[in-house]
Amino acid sequence: MNLKIVVLAKQVPDTRNVGKDAMKEDGTVNRGALPAIFNPDDLNALEMALEMKDRMRNVEVVVITMGPTRAADIIREAIFRGADKGYLLTDRKFAGSDTLATSYALFKAVQKINPDLIVCGLQAIDGDTAQVGPQIAEKLHIPQITYVEKLNDITENHMMLTRRLERGVETVKVNFPALITVHASANPCRPMHAKRLLKFKHAHTLSELQDQNRDYTDLFKEHPYLRIEEWNAESVEADESYLGLSGSPTKVKEIESVVLTQKESKRFTDKDQDVDQLMKELLETRVIG
Amino acid sequence: MKNIFVYCEITEEHRVADVSLELLSKGRKLASELGVALEAVVIGSQLKEAFEQLCYFGVSVIHYAENDNLFPYRTMLHAKLVQTLFEKEQPEIALFGATSVGRDLAPRIASALRCGLTADCTSLQIGDHTDERKKITYKKLLYQIRPAFGGNIIATIINPETRPQMATVREGVMKLEPQQVKNNPEFKKMDAGVITSVEEAVAIIHRHIEPPKINLKAAQILIAGGYGMGSKENFNILYELADLLGGEVGGTRAAVDAGFCDHERQIGQTGVTVRPKLYIACGISGAVQHRAGMDQSAKIISINTSPQAPINAIADYVVVGDVMKVIPKMIQSYKKQIK
Repeated sequence: MNLKIVVLAKQVPDTRNVGKDAMKEDGTVNRGALPAIFNPDDLNALEMALEMKDRMRNVEVVVITMGPTRAADIIREAIFRGADKGYLLTDRKFAGSDTLATSYALFKAVQKINPDLIVCGLQAIDGDTAQVGPQIAEKLHIPQITYVEKLNDITENHMMLTRRLERGVETVKVNFPALITVHASANPCRPMHAKRLLKFKHAHTLSELQDQNRDYTDLFKEHPYLRIEEWNAESVEADESYLGLSGSPTKVKEIESVVLTQKESKRFTDKDQDVDQLMKELLETRVIG
Repeated sequence: MKNIFVYCEITEEHRVADVSLELLSKGRKLASELGVALEAVVIGSQLKEAFEQLCYFGVSVIHYAENDNLFPYRTMLHAKLVQTLFEKEQPEIALFGATSVGRDLAPRIASALRCGLTADCTSLQIGDHTDERKKITYKKLLYQIRPAFGGNIIATIINPETRPQMATVREGVMKLEPQQVKNNPEFKKMDAGVITSVEEAVAIIHRHIEPPKINLKAAQILIAGGYGMGSKENFNILYELADLLGGEVGGTRAAVDAGFCDHERQIGQTGVTVRPKLYIACGISGAVQHRAGMDQSAKIISINTSPQAPINAIADYVVVGDVMKVIPKMIQSYKKQIK
């Protein structure tokens, strides 16, 4: 038995914990102040895949990410945490993809690996749509289990999973092949492993080494495991008309800045008599009381 | 043909979920603007009460599938029914609740039909669009409006070419507006055809669903805390004020993510939308995603150390100061004045 698992992960700007310095005066997020991180739900997804690897023999965990060259960072991070290998899906032709076009590109990449199971995070924090996972499952014609919180059991043929719903939980049994999306309440990801960090510290994509003007022929010959393979639209045999803007049925008609029309607000300080005055007014106007 | 379809979610109590009734209320308005009919899609078991509910929303056709294996919701079976229906009926617009059911089902359908889907819309409108490059004007498209990542911007999304135009909407965003008079919808049974082994690949072994604990939508007074509250412990003062005033406590996305309060208390685009009599924003700077979920509150008080916090612009009362000082004073002052 050889179980092949693909984990789909995304590099995202860290929109959580948007503290004071990350917010501009006008209330917009200062993107420059936000570091690029491993999408949080995808870390829960990676952990669940690694738990499967812990529980069974001959499990291979492969990470795929779609993004620019620098997204190789999260492949390295995944390998440090325990993934076996990773692929970076990168091509300018993917630019402007909505969820449907994104799911098509990832579907073509997944198809090349032909796994038994695909594990994704429920959603990415930069869009919160939760759409890409189910759309990949549909394209593969396999079942999807969303909102997965816990892996109860796994055998050669099936898994038992608990889903976290709005008002409770649901336990389901599903046969392979399948796609699951993992909820933020699932187990947090294990830390990076010191030995793996040492071994894979120099894992890179070809483009990264070229950008650094480094000689890679010998490095990859001697240590083939250090090569993070890059795929583009052509190598995953994607039909270009389904990619990028042309493959995206949703179009942005307009982006509007919100101009806040200043209400005539009454201003108070935090002094006792000011607070008293405020409460008095609320009581008199029967807003409270 | 060319009608508006709303997927109606069935609750544990075998009733139509509020979010679906809200979408029917909005769908009815959109339908009359487009001059088309509103149709409901209901899949589940023991649907008698649900059918009765649907008679008050101006629905012209109820497409239904009633079978014990169709409740609780299972992706593959519902997806097959809805996909088959949409292929036959060619809806103009299809709306889903942004719940664990709608967010599971809608993307799968959109992928199968190769059409566009916009998540978590905060407003839906009808309007035209001219593609300058192609020199084509599209009449009466669905504007799917939502705050976009990156702050104070609102994006209008359209699907010019593909149908149905699909969108999901969170609970509370649209108003629930039943009609006084009952109408008589036509009932049409849906056909799933032959069920394959893939569609039966998932079995529900066990379910434990609790009745809702907190109802932010129903609260007349809401005390909401943001990241500026600083900690979970500091939220206690908000609960104290809420108890005193007979209100509930909510939080922003940042506060929830930081673990200051539970997810079910989240107010905003990806949480609950509320319209209370009084909204007290504590340590909330007021990102557009948050404001989308509370800006229709009747009265808004903002308590913030920064006089320039964006939320102050929509507040009726602004208290510039430290929440941890101001709220105890409010509690004290209220107790004193109520005597």
